[in-house]
Amino acid sequence: MSGLVRPWSWAFAAAGLTYAATVALTGVQGAPGLLVATLTFASFSVLVGLGQMAVITLGPGNVDLSIPAVMTLAGTLSLKLMDGAAGTEAWGLLAALGIGLGAGAANYALILLLRIPPIIATLSASFMFQSLAVWSNRGLRIKPPDTLATFSTGATLGMPNLAWIALLAAAVFWVLIERSAYGRRLSAIGQNARAARLAGVPVEGVRAATYLLSAVMAALAGFWLACFSGGAALNMGAEYLLMSIAVVVIGGSSIAGGNSNVPGIWGAAMFMFLIVSMLNSYGLGAGVRLILTGAVIIAIVAAASGRRAAA
Amino acid sequence: MDLSAAPAPIVALAGAGRSFGAVRALAGVDLSIAPGECLGLVGHNGAGKSTLVNLVTGALAPSEGSVRHAAGDPRASGVRWVAQELSLAPNLTVAENLILTQRDLRGLGWRNPARARIRAALDRVFPDHGLDADATVADLTLAQRQMAEIAMAFAEGGPDPRLVILDEPTSSLDASRAGQLLEHVRRFRDGGGAIVFISHILGEVFAVATRIVVMRDGRIVDDRPAGGFTRSGLVEAMGHVVRGGDRTERRNDKGPEVVATAEGLRAHAGEVVGLAGLAGHGQAEALARLFLARTSAWRGRGPVPVAFVAGDRARDGVLPLWSIARNLSLAGLSLLTRAGLVDRGAEGALARDWRGRIGIRTDDVDRPILSLSGGNQQKVLFARALATEAPIVLMDDPMRGVDVGTKAEVYDMIRAEAARGRTFLWYSTEAEEMTLCDRAYVFRNGRIAAELAGAEITEERLLAASFEMGEVPG
Repeated sequence: MSGLVRPWSWAFAAAGLTYAATVALTGVQGAPGLLVATLTFASFSVLVGLGQMAVITLGPGNVDLSIPAVMTLAGTLSLKLMDGAAGTEAWGLLAALGIGLGAGAANYALILLLRIPPIIATLSASFMFQSLAVWSNRGLRIKPPDTLATFSTGATLGMPNLAWIALLAAAVFWVLIERSAYGRRLSAIGQNARAARLAGVPVEGVRAATYLLSAVMAALAGFWLACFSGGAALNMGAEYLLMSIAVVVIGGSSIAGGNSNVPGIWGAAMFMFLIVSMLNSYGLGAGVRLILTGAVIIAIVAAASGRRAAA
Repeated sequence: MDLSAAPAPIVALAGAGRSFGAVRALAGVDLSIAPGECLGLVGHNGAGKSTLVNLVTGALAPSEGSVRHAAGDPRASGVRWVAQELSLAPNLTVAENLILTQRDLRGLGWRNPARARIRAALDRVFPDHGLDADATVADLTLAQRQMAEIAMAFAEGGPDPRLVILDEPTSSLDASRAGQLLEHVRRFRDGGGAIVFISHILGEVFAVATRIVVMRDGRIVDDRPAGGFTRSGLVEAMGHVVRGGDRTERRNDKGPEVVATAEGLRAHAGEVVGLAGLAGHGQAEALARLFLARTSAWRGRGPVPVAFVAGDRARDGVLPLWSIARNLSLAGLSLLTRAGLVDRGAEGALARDWRGRIGIRTDDVDRPILSLSGGNQQKVLFARALATEAPIVLMDDPMRGVDVGTKAEVYDMIRAEAARGRTFLWYSTEAEEMTLCDRAYVFRNGRIAAELAGAEITEERLLAASFEMGEVPG
């Protein structure tokens, strides 16, 4: 772990290379615009990736598959509540966070009470969340309040506002993971849940908090995504299922649990956006783009796990 | 026919030994087993019985000396083995399991001879067994599985059994089935077969054995015809009778009772209470149950009520990705936490303090825990528990793989902490450690079989209570 090469530096290096390769083709005049777009879109991946990272750190079998549905539910319901009216922004945000808490509690209740594996529990819960979103939405497309629309597409000090939010979230997570008792216990459970319990770690309390955290982050991402794109859509979360897992793995967190990596989430999120835009600018079709994206993810995960096995 | 000529042995060990790394599990064993013999094999956990059996069955090769079988290899010589942990394939039927050991079952119609052989064997060993040869093993009770496995060992075919090794064969059988088995063992022996019979129920050993071999510390220490032993003589031969007279002064003034479980485990403040008995008789489970009942899986704040020292370090103790300091501070983390954040300065100071107090051999507590030797990792786990200031400390056979010097240091520390009013519940399979306790409970088959106090805790008394002395079933 010592020295200059940190586990997360690979994700940033890959993002930098992809950025350079894209700029080389499109020309220097497109470079600032590409950077802004990258930071903006990476923000959503960072928000969901941080929550997913905490869940994956819990150890084998732990993953939150309800992230897309929670994003959709929080986006549609909070926009419906605000109904585009000024002065309701804080209520909308609070509603989204409340929905996240509720969804996380439902996920964990399924895991704890019915003893369903988390992968099944969060997947089946996500059907309920998605159905709730469909039922409440009924095809209406409600615009966000102007203030939120302006804020989410705007920038401060040259950096998109959403990127500031994701940066703040990452900082909070870094403190939580690296400095707090919660983070210690999370890592202990991921390494050996039995040993952790026998060392007095409140295993169930930490697991519950982690699933709540993941759902709240998904709800937050859903809220801002709905505001940013001028309204919620029922499929708005779809691409964030694979994305949330990919940024955790590419970012250098251990897929086997116990070891998480906050800065890597940012590097990986930017890389994931840049790889798509690079293939785009090379004029490849959607099908080829998807195949190549998948291949790149597999290659990085294989390289990362090979490096760990050798170490 | 010359009756004085000894029949050729089925297996003969000459100076046989086996080492695992630096550990010599078995050394200098001379032993031959002839047809018509039933060898009772007795000794402590870890005395080398399993290693000896593994040499006889060919599962392990000797690292010194030789092991010779009558027909060259164990299978051709008719060596069969019923292991203590049952080993049937649960997804197959009783008859189908036979193909795993009997290699002459082949071709399309192998199920019919398999069925015939297992039915015949079941009828012979356990009359009125009521077992269906086509029943899937997973659907059988534990006793039925044990019966099926024993019958498989005695089944004819591929080559016929000549030496059958039974390792705790009656552990899941009731008295009448156990009686049937003993009856069959005698018949098999009288018909010219050989048996190695391992049991902690000495009555059974005396009921069937023609010869008894006593093992201790990887060696055969006694080998006589069964008539040459008395029960108490056998128990004495199994254990060391030596006992240091350096038992430290014990507290007579009992503090308040701090532990009282439904199964009868009691402990007072300042007491060191031993959980003795043979390995796997429910001691570790009793400690784990007590720990889980006294601690919360939900709340992680405030003082630590009880701490646990793991003996199986990899399974229950060490967190391999972490440093020494992080491993050490985990159990008492709530004491180092301010506003949710870990005070890393205090954590480092605590780790360095315990490095000195318990002698963890490292120059830097921020090194990975796996950089330490096993004994030093164990010291970290001790420090983890003691640093919590928990009034009750549970220890699950914590001296496994710990060298003698470290043990002495830790014994002293336990005594000193007990004098300060802490209570220790200490499970160990080593009788020597139990003699350091104020009181000891002897576990047998998951229950407390005896309670010894003070000077009553001797190796002989512990052994006698660990083994069922009496009743021959059937």
